[in-house]
Order: sequence, then structure tokens, then C-alpha cells
Amino acid sequence: MRFHTRLLALAATVAMPFGAAQATDLEVTHWWTSGGEAAAVAEFAKAFDATGNKWVDGAIAGGGGTARPVMISRITGGDPMGATQFNHGRQAEELIEAGLFVDLTELAEKENWKDVVNPPSLLDSCTLDGRIYCVPVNIHSPQWLWLSHKAFEDAGVPVPTNWDEYVAAVPALVEAGKVPLALGNQPWQSNLLFGAVQIAIGGIDLWKQVNLGKDAEAARSPEMAKVFQAMANAREMAKESNVQDWNQATNMVITGEAGGQIMGDWAQGEFQVANQVAGQDYSCLPGLGVHEYISTGGDAFYFPKLDDPEQTKAQLELASLMVSKPVQVAFNLKKGSLPIRGDVDLEAANDCMKKGLEILAAGRMLPSGDQVFSADTQTQFNDLMVEFMKDPSISAEDAQKRYADIVENAD
Amino acid sequence: MTRTGGNAPPVRGSAGGSRMSSNRPIRLFRNLNAKISAIPMIATALVVFVGGTVWTIIYSFTNSKLLPRAKFVGLDQYERLWNSNKWLISIENLFIFGICSLIFSFIIGFVLAALLDQKIRFEDTFRSIFLFPFALSFIVTGLVWQWLLNPDFGIQSVVRSLGWESFDFDPLYNANIVIYGILIAALWQGTGLVMCLMLAGLRGIDEDIWKAARVDGIPMWKTYLFIVIPMMRPVFITAVVIIASGIVRVYDLVVAQTSGGPGIASEVPAKYVYDAMFLSQNLGQGFAASTMMLLSVAIVVIPWAYLEFGGRKSHG
Repeated sequence: MRFHTRLLALAATVAMPFGAAQATDLEVTHWWTSGGEAAAVAEFAKAFDATGNKWVDGAIAGGGGTARPVMISRITGGDPMGATQFNHGRQAEELIEAGLFVDLTELAEKENWKDVVNPPSLLDSCTLDGRIYCVPVNIHSPQWLWLSHKAFEDAGVPVPTNWDEYVAAVPALVEAGKVPLALGNQPWQSNLLFGAVQIAIGGIDLWKQVNLGKDAEAARSPEMAKVFQAMANAREMAKESNVQDWNQATNMVITGEAGGQIMGDWAQGEFQVANQVAGQDYSCLPGLGVHEYISTGGDAFYFPKLDDPEQTKAQLELASLMVSKPVQVAFNLKKGSLPIRGDVDLEAANDCMKKGLEILAAGRMLPSGDQVFSADTQTQFNDLMVEFMKDPSISAEDAQKRYADIVENAD
Repeated sequence: MTRTGGNAPPVRGSAGGSRMSSNRPIRLFRNLNAKISAIPMIATALVVFVGGTVWTIIYSFTNSKLLPRAKFVGLDQYERLWNSNKWLISIENLFIFGICSLIFSFIIGFVLAALLDQKIRFEDTFRSIFLFPFALSFIVTGLVWQWLLNPDFGIQSVVRSLGWESFDFDPLYNANIVIYGILIAALWQGTGLVMCLMLAGLRGIDEDIWKAARVDGIPMWKTYLFIVIPMMRPVFITAVVIIASGIVRVYDLVVAQTSGGPGIASEVPAKYVYDAMFLSQNLGQGFAASTMMLLSVAIVVIPWAYLEFGGRKSHG
């Protein structure tokens, strides 16, 4: 008996190193820190830990604008993490060119990502010179209007079904002491608002001319002037909104303090954490209820090159895990985002996610700002929009002129 | 042992002048040990500070994006910089913030120091209280004042709940005065240090001078203004250098309080540089902006340092 236990113990010690070799720590940096986001990222961690490796969470608070510089300086400064989030698109373009990321092409071919990832544009933005460098994990679209049923009930008006009805309901909301539109102070939120308004008011053709064709004449056109007029309207609606972060603004909608917020579908996670039900406590209008198009940006994971082959192996395992069906479902349900593969079953999806899936299935998609403009140009847009939204002395005409100038010099 | 051994030759040489040439030793070799031991520091300063500065200036003429690239584009980055509204607002803010911060921290610091100098009771306690904010980081200071100045639950809501309903105080949410909201936090944090420097200066003034002034019947405020302050010149210079360096690199306070907002009304140059380099992934633009910062500091500092320290060399 005792001999047997000893033998077992011995066998265990011999076997341990092999087991331990599999258990590799991988630090993963991301900027998912709000309630819904943290719940979603925990799904990744759980699945990765189940493979015998260890997910070391490197959450960086403050949103992408704060987190990306930290990530980039760590990668370029020679202290790379195991994996890191970026928005797929052009944010990491130069880092890929400099050869700082692991090439995932073999894995992608083995698992046939080309056929499962839908829409294909997601994988295209991970591809440089035919090689694949990142794993898209979800689709996020920023063109959503979130409306608080409570706020509209208090104001005694029906919940709007599109932007115009919403604007018409503003006086009633103000009367009831509500902030008509919640908007955080961070620059990207103003630019997101502009993007949504641009599609809703300006229409798809104009959007394509300006964003894809980078046509400065279209940006100066009278149609675009209408977009800026609507922005000036939105500025008036949001002037009482004194919050910084987007989830604080979403919270104003949840509590019924604000009528609505234009925010990406990641706001969904916040409603879920607050136990609110779509269609009952809040409504969502993709494309502001006017043009139901969504842009297919989102998050992707990149894997910096590491010296340790064990870690590289763990990186590939994580990459394969992130696209796998069960993880995609678990993650996206928590996150409120859409899965990157068309072949998963989202039975549990709520009304808003179903709307998104329908739009996706109908192919009413556009590339995201991160995919069409460089970070430099995006920041210029952010600066312009936040300046415009917070300073009532800038006229819509001036803002449009400056906008067109940026489009003209965009890269 | 080695120290005395090393020091010996030059001393002997200069004293006797017997074996070597009778002239004074070459200045470069005087105090050779100290100079050799300073070489690592000199090298660091040259490579890191001077080298880094030169590198930055050179690359500010390139179109480097996320990574430095030696593709020169002339003055393009500077043109874009000076056409950028954000940069102009940054400069204006730094100007207002700088001047106000310099004046107010001097006045408040000196008055506090003079009051503490009246041989009051619990001087240590007061000194600790005034100096305490300086022990906090800018981030903490910024967050505390962000909450205090928030109209929904800060000073404004407290005063309103006391009954003054029309009271308005929301500097951080008003683009026209936001820089003063930041100034308040900066003064709260910084004046304690200035006060301590001034207090040290005041303590350095000889008692006899006060006695003499009293004998002559000069009122106290006049003694301070015309006798004590001119005597405290070295302390003032130290304080100016410390405050000024803090002004130029003000960044974390802005990030913690407003992150540049509302809109871009509270942007500062240091934040512009950071944003350009890491947010826009446009190194060239960031380098151009930091070169302009260096240039403006140099324009102010070099003539002043020349006047202040240049003259002293002759008798030092």
C-alpha cells in the first residue's frame, strides 16, 4: 500500500513537468473594464484556464484612448504581453509591418477561418500582404440609439421610433426635467455620435463618398450641411450632460435621468448588468431608426512575438479558442456584441442583438472608421467633434468646413 | 587612501611648481579625480539629454507615424502644428495657467509664510497642513478637485442645498473658465511648497535687521516689502525655477480633472505631445510640438539664466 502511494507520488513528480510545461502564463491586456465588459472577458479567461494555461488579466482602465498608448509602448519598448486587444483596422498596422506580431496564417488555414468568419471584411483587416496577424472576436457597431422608457413615460410622450420623433420629443423631456441626450466628455464619443448622425441624416451614399472615397467636395455639400445642423441640434440636447465615461452616460439612460444616448452596441452589456429588458425597459434603434445600417468594426486580439516557444504555443491555443463556437457564444452574449461567425446559434440573444443579427444577415454593413481612416485622421475627427459638441460658439458651417479640410488631407 | 594619493600631485605642483613647468596647471586637469568620477554622469547627460533632444529635433522634420522613419518632409509638421486649433488653445492655456500660477503661488506662499513667521502657536501643525497637499500626486489632486468642482455633487450642490439656489460654480464644465478650475487645484497643491521655501528664506533673515528696522520706526509691511523681500532673492529664484518647471510639464492634473475637456478647452502642450505621439500615432507631429516647447522654454530661460548666473562667474 505504502509502496504504491510512493510510486504514485513518484509518477506524479515525473509527470508534473510535462503537465507544467503546458500551463503557461499569458498576460492579456485589454480595456474592458465596465461591468458588462468585465463579465464578457471573464468568459475568455475561464475557457483559457480550462485548457490548463493561465490567463493573467491585464485590464487597463480608461478606454482605448488611454490603453492603446500603454500597449503600444510596451510592445515597441521590448516588454510585450502575451496577447493584446486592439480594434481591428489600422491601429496596429505599423506594428505588423515592423514584424512585432505572431503570424497566425497557418492556424487560420488549418481551422479554415476564411470560411467561418463573417463578414469576410473582419479577416481582411487582420491581413497584411496575405498573412493573418490577428483574431477578430466580435462585431461592434456604433450606430445605435438607446432610449429609456422610463424617461419618456415621465415626460408623457411615446417612446420614439426614429431620430425625428426623438428630436420632436425633446421639449417634453426638458419639461420633465430630463437631459434629452446623454453624452460623455471623451472625444471619441462625440465622433461616434457624428458617425451615427451622418448615416442617419446624410444617408449611405454620402457616407461612402466621404469615408471611402475621401471626397472633400461631398463633405462640403449641402447634404452634409444638414448633418452638421443635426449635430448642432444634438449639441443643444446634450448640453446638460456632465459625465466623462460612456458607461456613466449609459447609466443616465438606465436610471431614466436622460432620454437617450447614441452609443455602440456595447452599451447593451450595461443594460444587462442592470437587469433591464430590451423592449420593456429600454429600446434600441440601429442607424437611429432611419437607415438601418451598421458598421462592422470590433475588437481583435494580436499576439506579440515572444522568445519562449511555450508561450508561442499558448498564444496559438488562445487564438484558436477565441474563434471557437462555444467561446464565441458565451463571450458575445455577455458583451452584447455580435459573433464573428455566421454558423453559431444565438438562441439566448435579446431583441437588440437579434436586430443586429438581422441587419448582418441582410448584408447592410459598412466598414468602421478604424478600418477606413488612420489613427491620426481619426484623432483629428475626434478633436474637431468634441470641440464642436462642447463649444456652442462654433457654428455648424465652420465645423463642416474644418471637417472637409481633414477629409481632404486624410490618409 | 586613494583619495589623498590622487589629490596630492596637483596640490604639490601648484604649491611648489618645482619639477613641472612653473606655470599654473592647465585648468582642465585641475581636480582631476572629481572630473573623472563625473564622466559617467556627463556621458549620460550628453547621450540621454542632449542626444535625445537632437534626435527629437531631427525627427520632427520627418513624417514618422507610429515608428520613427527617416523620411524628411521639411517643415510640414510645423505647418500643421501652427494651423491646429488644439495647439493654439494649448499654448494659450499654458500662458494663462503659467502667469496666474506664478503670481498666485508667490503671493499666497509668501503671505502664508509671513503669517507663520509671526511666532504663532502650533506652527508645526499649520506647516504640515499647508504642505500636506504637496505629498499627493497630481492624479489624486486632480480627481479630488474633479469631484469638488462637479456641479452635481461638489461645491455647487452643497451651496445650493444650503439655500442659495442660483449659485453657479462649475468651472470644469464651462469652456471659458475651465483653465482656472485646473489652476485652483494646482495652487492647492503647490503653494505649500512655496510657503516652506519662503519660510526658510524668512528664517534666514538676521534678527538684527528686524531690530534695526523697528528702531528706525519702519512699519512692518514696509520692512517686508523693501528690506526682507530684496534680501530673499536667492529663495525667490529657487521658487521660480521649481514652479516654472512644474508649469511647463503640467499634464497629469489636466488628464485627471478634465482630460482636456470640455471639448478641447483645457488642452496643454504636454498633452498635445502625448496625444500626437501615442493616440494619433504620429510621432513626427509630437516631435514638432515638443521641439516648440523646448524652443519656447529656451527663449525664456537662456537670457534669464545668462543675466542671473552669467555675471557671477567672474567672482566665483
